[in-house]
Amino acid sequence: MRRIYLDNNATTAVRPEVLEGMLPFFTEAFGNPSSLHWAGRQASPAIEQARREVAALINAKEEEIVFTSCGSEGDNLALKGTVEALQSRGNHIITTAVEHPAVLDTCRFLEKKGVEVTYLPVDREGLLDLDRLERAITSRTILISVMWANNETGVLFPIREIGALARKHQVRFFTDAVQAAGRVPVDVEEAQVDLLSLSGHKIGAPKGVGILYIRKGNPLAPLIHGGHQERRRRAGTHNVAGIVGLGIACRKAAEELETVPTRVTVLRDRLQNGIVSLIPEIKVNGALGLRLPNTLNLCFAGIEGEALLLRLDMEGIAASSGSACTSGSLGMSHVLEAMQVNPLLGQSSVRFSLGRNTTSEDIDRVLEVLPPSVQKLRDMSPFWKAGSRCCAVCLSQ
Amino acid sequence: MYSEKVLDHFSNPRNVGEMADPDATGEFGSSHCGDTIKVFLKVEDGVIQDIKFKTFGCAAAIASSSMMTEMVRGMTIEEALQLTNEMVAEALDGLPPEKMHCSCLAADGLHKAISNYRDGIR
Repeated sequence: MRRIYLDNNATTAVRPEVLEGMLPFFTEAFGNPSSLHWAGRQASPAIEQARREVAALINAKEEEIVFTSCGSEGDNLALKGTVEALQSRGNHIITTAVEHPAVLDTCRFLEKKGVEVTYLPVDREGLLDLDRLERAITSRTILISVMWANNETGVLFPIREIGALARKHQVRFFTDAVQAAGRVPVDVEEAQVDLLSLSGHKIGAPKGVGILYIRKGNPLAPLIHGGHQERRRRAGTHNVAGIVGLGIACRKAAEELETVPTRVTVLRDRLQNGIVSLIPEIKVNGALGLRLPNTLNLCFAGIEGEALLLRLDMEGIAASSGSACTSGSLGMSHVLEAMQVNPLLGQSSVRFSLGRNTTSEDIDRVLEVLPPSVQKLRDMSPFWKAGSRCCAVCLSQ
Repeated sequence: MYSEKVLDHFSNPRNVGEMADPDATGEFGSSHCGDTIKVFLKVEDGVIQDIKFKTFGCAAAIASSSMMTEMVRGMTIEEALQLTNEMVAEALDGLPPEKMHCSCLAADGLHKAISNYRDGIR
């Protein structure tokens, strides 16, 4: 069966040129970059080369890049490290209700430690009210943490405006750019970002490597104590091969930033328009003109998202669902909940996230498989009646 | 994640649909995740002659609904009342543990329909 992968916001395949560049660092150039001898000397320039490549992608300076193990580590380090370092100055964090769990759960942890956290709401399109954000800033505010792009809906936040606000009030600004970096232009100078997390496996590097950008002059307490690696900001032997892979992936992403997002946007819009015209009573989630090029999140009234995913999976199509009755919550994602999506409708959400390898034929195939798959589930749903009040009400809300 | 039987009943659910003139119907929704089953019964001399269902939910919910209808067709309503969600899950060669509490609602829907039948509610 033809396999189609439309879950690139979950992870991506390692790019062939990335894998090729990594391989020597498992065998011949196996040294610990902290070692002074010949083996260490093989590895350390590769780390610094990767650091330059990552820095170039986000317009940072090399010394501002700290290698981590993943996006979640970067998020934890930014939040916990700031709280620890700035405890004499204040104890208030401003974030949003739609952040990744790596940010939200860390904030909840910090709340138990006495930190005050403001969770800003979003509107029905998933957008923030910047006036509200500014009003939330107090003399005790030490950090604003807003993601660059939402992982579920792809909605892009006005990072430049938030950066300006943060600078104006002299509050540190952290952005989780895990879904954005390498997919849309990310410039820490232009956006006046102080801290930024990025993860390799979303852009064709392997799992297990990421970075936290730390603007010069923004000290953080480390999460991992030990050796002197990363200027004592993150101890632990370097994941040399992974870091080399991340460097290559960042370089390739930067080279393709003029072409790939445009192509992916065309394919995503074709998928969206096809679904809108072929399937009645659906809802596209997230502000239409303000999304990542690759992300499409929809609700299909009357059915449950995971059932649709399994049906697509049986046809070789991999997508993902914000809804999961395994999550233990009401079966709706916290992002759609914050966007005030009707709870029944919210359970029917499915996310398609395209990648640089997605083809026009892939989209054709999805548009062929999806309508009958949705119809089959609707036919067995007690909530489905075409044009019925339930779904009409759901959709109008 | 799912057994072959679950996937089979999910892809080709048995007895799915509505009934023109049921002797009773019963609806049961999980307060946990919103999964909902609606059961339609035809009963003759205390025996379930025909049964149909409609279910909103994940694959586990749909498969357990389908399996339940196969298990109880031809049973007396007393026998059908003995059926538990666990027995349905067992007949499907098991469900993932995290699916048991919310998606296995078929027996509950059946019992609701039988209760409505006894109360004379269509």
